[in-house]
Amino acid sequence: MNKLELMKTANEVRKGIVTAVYNAKSGHPGGSLSAADIYTYLFFEEMNIDPADPKKADRDRFVLSKGHTAPGYYSTLANRGFFPVEDLKTLRHTGSYLQGHPDMKHIPGVDMSSGSLGQGISAAVGMAISAKISGDDYRVYTLLGDGEIQEGQVWEASMLAGFKKLDNLVVIVDNNNLQIDGPIDEVNSPYPIDKKFEAFNFHVINIDGHDFDAIDAAFKEARETKGMPTAIIAKTVKGKNVSFMENQAGWHGKAPNEEEYKIAMADLEKVGEALCQK
Amino acid sequence: MSEVKKIATRESYGNALAELGKLHDDVIVLDADLAGATKTGTFKKAFPERFIDCGIAESNLMGVAAGIATTGKVPFASSFAMFAAGRAFEQVRNSIGYPKNNVKIGATHAGISVGEDGATHQCNEDIALMRTIPGMVVISPSDDIEAKAAVFAAYEHQGPVYLRFGRLAVPVINDNPDYKFEIGKGIVLREGKDVTIIANGLEVSESLEAAEKLAADGIDAKVINIHTIKPLDEELVLAAAKETGKVVTVEEHSVIGGLGSAVCDVLSEKCPTQVLKIGVQDVFGESGPAKELIKKYGLDAESIYNKVKEFVK
Repeated sequence: MNKLELMKTANEVRKGIVTAVYNAKSGHPGGSLSAADIYTYLFFEEMNIDPADPKKADRDRFVLSKGHTAPGYYSTLANRGFFPVEDLKTLRHTGSYLQGHPDMKHIPGVDMSSGSLGQGISAAVGMAISAKISGDDYRVYTLLGDGEIQEGQVWEASMLAGFKKLDNLVVIVDNNNLQIDGPIDEVNSPYPIDKKFEAFNFHVINIDGHDFDAIDAAFKEARETKGMPTAIIAKTVKGKNVSFMENQAGWHGKAPNEEEYKIAMADLEKVGEALCQK
Repeated sequence: MSEVKKIATRESYGNALAELGKLHDDVIVLDADLAGATKTGTFKKAFPERFIDCGIAESNLMGVAAGIATTGKVPFASSFAMFAAGRAFEQVRNSIGYPKNNVKIGATHAGISVGEDGATHQCNEDIALMRTIPGMVVISPSDDIEAKAAVFAAYEHQGPVYLRFGRLAVPVINDNPDYKFEIGKGIVLREGKDVTIIANGLEVSESLEAAEKLAADGIDAKVINIHTIKPLDEELVLAAAKETGKVVTVEEHSVIGGLGSAVCDVLSEKCPTQVLKIGVQDVFGESGPAKELIKKYGLDAESIYNKVKEFVK
C-alpha cells in the first residue's frame, strides 16, 4: 500500500471505531483513534498474516497489551478481512464474539487475550522466546499504552526481552499523553520513556505516530536491528481526527451520544474527502 | 515408619520434568530464581535450551508461559505456591485461565510445612485461589509416585493445571501394583464403615496413620486420597458419605476454600452430611521446623486421631 492508501484505510478504521463504540454505548474511543495509524500499518503493511488462515503457523503475532483499545484492533481486523465490518456494531453486546477486551478464543486474528494492563507484553515476550527456541522466524508485535507502562510487569517483561536479545520483538508505545485521570506526567510520569527502554537494552526509535513515512521507516529499522528488541515510541493525539475528542482525557472510555456520533462521523467523512482530493 | 522411603514431592516434580523433557521436545520449563528449591534445576541441567529463568518476576513468568503456550509448546511455570498462586493470581486468571492457555503451574513449598521461613512463605490459600478460576485443574499429590504421575497427566491434559508440591520429605505410600493416577479420580486407600477421612498432600499419610490408631480403638475409618481437588470426584465423595455417614477432610491448607470446602460444596447440595474440616484454621502460621508446626497446628496423625475419635462419638 502507498501512503495515501494507508491514510484512507486508517480513516476507515477510525469510522469503524466510532461506529462500534457508539453502538456499544460504552468502550474506549480515545486510545483506539490515537493508535489507528499504527494498527493500520501493522495489519496492512508490516505483518505476515492471512485473513483466510488466521492461525497459520508461521504468521507474525500481535498482542494488544493495552487491551481496552480493542475497538481499534477490531476495526483494523474487520477492514483487513478477518470478519465482517458490519459485526463491529455488535461490540460489547451480550452474545457477541466481540468482547470488550480481546478474546483469543473467539475472535479471528486475535493471538492473545488481553486487557489487564501490563500482561500483554509478557505474552509477547513468551511468543518471541518460543520462536527463538524452535528457530521459527515469525515476528512478534505488541502495542502498549503510555499510561500502561506504569505497571511494574511491563518492566519485568522488558528486562527479560532485553536480556534475551529478542530481536524478533517490537514493542510500540502509543504515547498520546493521557490516561483516565489526566495527563500521564501529572498522574505518575513515565518520562523519559525512550531512556527507560534504552536502559533495558532495547533499540529505541521515537516517531510521530500519525506520519506513515515515519512509521514505515521505524518498522523497517526494527527489522534491520539485530541482537536486541526494538521499542517504537509513537507520539500520538488521543481521539485523533474527531474534533471534540482530540486531546481530551474524558474520551478515554466514553461512548458518543447520537448527536456526537454524527459530528464524529462528519469529521471523519471530511478527512476522507480531503484524502480523495490528493 | 522409620523404614519407609521418604522424598519431597518437589523433588519428584524436578525428576518428572527431566523425564518428560526426554520424551517430549515441546516441554519448556520456566522458573523465577528458585530452580534449586523448586528442583527445576534437574530439567535445566538436562535441557538448558528449553529452560527459561525469568528472574524474580513471577507476574511476568506467568505471562511469558502463556505466550509460549499460544505457540503450541507446553510450558511448566514454576515457583513457590505463595508467588505462583498468590502474587501472580491475576496473571494466572487473565493470561492463563481465561484464554484456557495450556500452561502447567508447578507450585512448590505449599502449606505450613515450608517451616522456618514462616507465615509470609506458608501458602495455605493457594487451593482456594486456584479453585475459583474457571476450568483450572487443581492437583495436590500425596507422595513421590503420585507427584510424578500428576506431572505426566498434566502434560497430557489440554488446558491449565495447577500442581501443588511440598518442601518436606514425605513417605512413599502409593508403591503398589494397583496404583493408577487419573485426573479427577479419587483413590480409596482403606475401607471402613464408621467414618470417611478424605485427605490430600502430605495429610494422606498422616490420615492413614490416624486410621490405624482408630482401628485399634474399634473405629473403622475409610480413607480416601483426593489428589485432584478440581474437578472433584463427586461420585466417590457422595458414595462414601452415604456409606459411612460422617465425613472428615484433612488438608495442609486453610479450612476456608480448600479440600474441605470443595467436599462440603458437593455434600451440602447432594447429600447433607456432618463434616469435620481439619486443616489450618483462620490463622497465619509461624516459623519452626515443619514437623513441629504440623503438630502445633493439629495436622499430625495423633491430632487427626484425637479429633476424629471425638467426632464419631
